[in-house]
This record gives sequence, C-alpha cells and structure tokens, in this order.
Amino acid sequence: MLFKLFLTFFKIGAFTIGGGYAMLPVIQKEVVDKKNWLTTEEFLDSIAVTNSLPGPLATNCATFVGYKTAGVLGALTSILGAITPSFFIILLIAAIFTSFADNYIVQLAFSGIRPAVAALILFSLVKLVKSVGIKWINTFISITALGLILILNLHPAFVIIIFGTVGFFFMRSEVESK
Amino acid sequence: MIIFKLFLTFLRIGAFSFGGGYAVLSLLQKEVVESANWISPEDYVNIAAISEMTPGPIAVNSSTFVGFKLSSFWGAALCTIGVILIPFLLTLLVSVYFQKFKHLKQISWVLKGVRPAVLGLIGAACFGIARISFEDYKSVIIAIIVFASVYRFKISPILAILGSGILGIIFYGLF
Repeated sequence: MLFKLFLTFFKIGAFTIGGGYAMLPVIQKEVVDKKNWLTTEEFLDSIAVTNSLPGPLATNCATFVGYKTAGVLGALTSILGAITPSFFIILLIAAIFTSFADNYIVQLAFSGIRPAVAALILFSLVKLVKSVGIKWINTFISITALGLILILNLHPAFVIIIFGTVGFFFMRSEVESK
Repeated sequence: MIIFKLFLTFLRIGAFSFGGGYAVLSLLQKEVVESANWISPEDYVNIAAISEMTPGPIAVNSSTFVGFKLSSFWGAALCTIGVILIPFLLTLLVSVYFQKFKHLKQISWVLKGVRPAVLGLIGAACFGIARISFEDYKSVIIAIIVFASVYRFKISPILAILGSGILGIIFYGLF
C-alpha cells in the first residue's frame, strides 16, 4: 500500500506542470476514479480544508490522501512521492544552469524570460481577482496589503498575520451571512 | 551556521505560504534577496521562471533551487524539507481531526482576511519582479507580448516562457 501511494504521487508530481490547480484534476482522477481511495465528496472536502492551510495544494492534498489511506506513514510516503520527481529535476536543471549561466545565448534568452515572469504573474492575478469577486472590502484589503509591502516595506508574513487577525475579529458576519 | 539559518528561513516561508506559488515569491524575495542577500535579483527571477516551467509546485521548486545554489545537494534537501514541514504537520493534524476541523468557523473567519491579502502579496511579487526585469523598453515590449498571448490568445504559460526566451535572443542578440 505504501509503495502504491508513493508511486501514485510520484507520477502526479512528475507530470503536472503549473502546480496547484493544474494538479487537482489529475489527483482526482488517480485517487478517486482509478484507485477509489476517496469518494468524490471526501476529495472535495479535503480540498476545501487543505486549501485553507499554508503550503502547496498538491503536497497538502497528498498528505491528506496518504493519511486517509494508510495513516501517518502513508501521509509521509505520499508527500515524499509528490516532491521527489521535482526535487531531482530541479537539482539536474540547477546543476546544468549553473554551468551554462555565463553562456551568451542563455543570458540573452533569460533577458527575455525575466519580463515574461512579471507578465505571467499579472495574468494569474487578473484571473484570481475575477474569481474572488470585486467587493469593496476585499479590494480595500488587497490594495492595503500591497501598499504595506511595497511602500512601508513590511514583511509579507506580517501582512498575512495582520489581515488574518482583522478577518478573525471583524469579518465574522460576512461568513455567517453567506 | 548558514545551514541552520537557511532551514529556519524556509520554515518561515513555508509557514506563511498561503495562496499558492506566486504569493510565496513575495516571501522569497523579501527573505532571500532583500534581507539575506543570498541570491542576486536577476537570479531570483530566473529561478522563478524555471520553477514555473518544471513539474511540481513553484514554492517547492524555487526552494530546492535556492538551496542548491547556496549549498548544493544538502542545501537543496534542507530548503525543500523546510518549506513543506509546517504545511505537512498542519495538514496531518487536520487530517487526524478532520470531522472537527470541517466545521470550525474560526478558520473561515481568518481566511476572510487572508484571502484578499494574498492578492496583495501576489501583486507585490509582480511589482518586485517587474522592477528587477524591466531594464529597458525591449523588456517592457516582451512583457506586453507575453501578457497578450496568454490573456487574449490563451497560450499556455510554459509556451509563453519558451517564446519569451526566443524573443530575448532576437531582441537583445540582433538589435
């Protein structure tokens, strides 16, 4: 069983580029449809909960599924399976990149790639804003958080703590009225 | 000593990694580039790009890469474990007491504030990377082309990164 868990999440980790939400349908197919380790409802429940914790969705989900199927050892095996492929792929790329970093063509390519990263983040931000919905209180929090980091130079972790506290004390009614 | 500091840093990054990879970049920039000066701003953006293109979560990939750059294999292992340790323990705890956590209102109260704040973090990551990578008008043009191709023409982000590499070679090599 442990070996199966490791192999399943190894496969998921090796073939899903883009992280998070790109991995969910793949995980669902493997874990719910093929292996029957979880029901669809359990799977959706687990996403809702793991999504509210820090950490990548994919590894959190692996931990949850692993625990559900084979206890603590199962959780450990699953998360190790999920991160092993990318760990070695990155090691390989990092080793290669370090020796080619001074190459002229590589440097030219990365001068083009760097601004592309900014564009891609902006793109995902636009998508996220659409999905969260533009309510004035949310917009206010987002912009304040941005300002605290960029202008006051606050640590992003500190900003999370601030607004987590604000949410806990002042946004209860919003949850209940939903 | 640096190994210990490295581990603590990534433990901290992992503990606050709400809302996926891009929000983590803002933490990474703060800790690894600005506070500790462990890697150069250019390398940080390069690493972000590579992490986006390779399988696995951006948070894990970028931690592995930074760890490798600082102290090769063991650095990579340490940073990777560091960044997922707290999320792993929390998820385990929640899995064990799942029925109780499912109905815990307090968590959704906290998240009401955290979720929109994460958008601010992602915005900060975007600003930070733009500030590093917009060196001249050519880079701005590349960014606009990339944004248009993923937003308007639904090109996959990985293809867009590969394309921007080619644009980089053309724009900076030929002109």
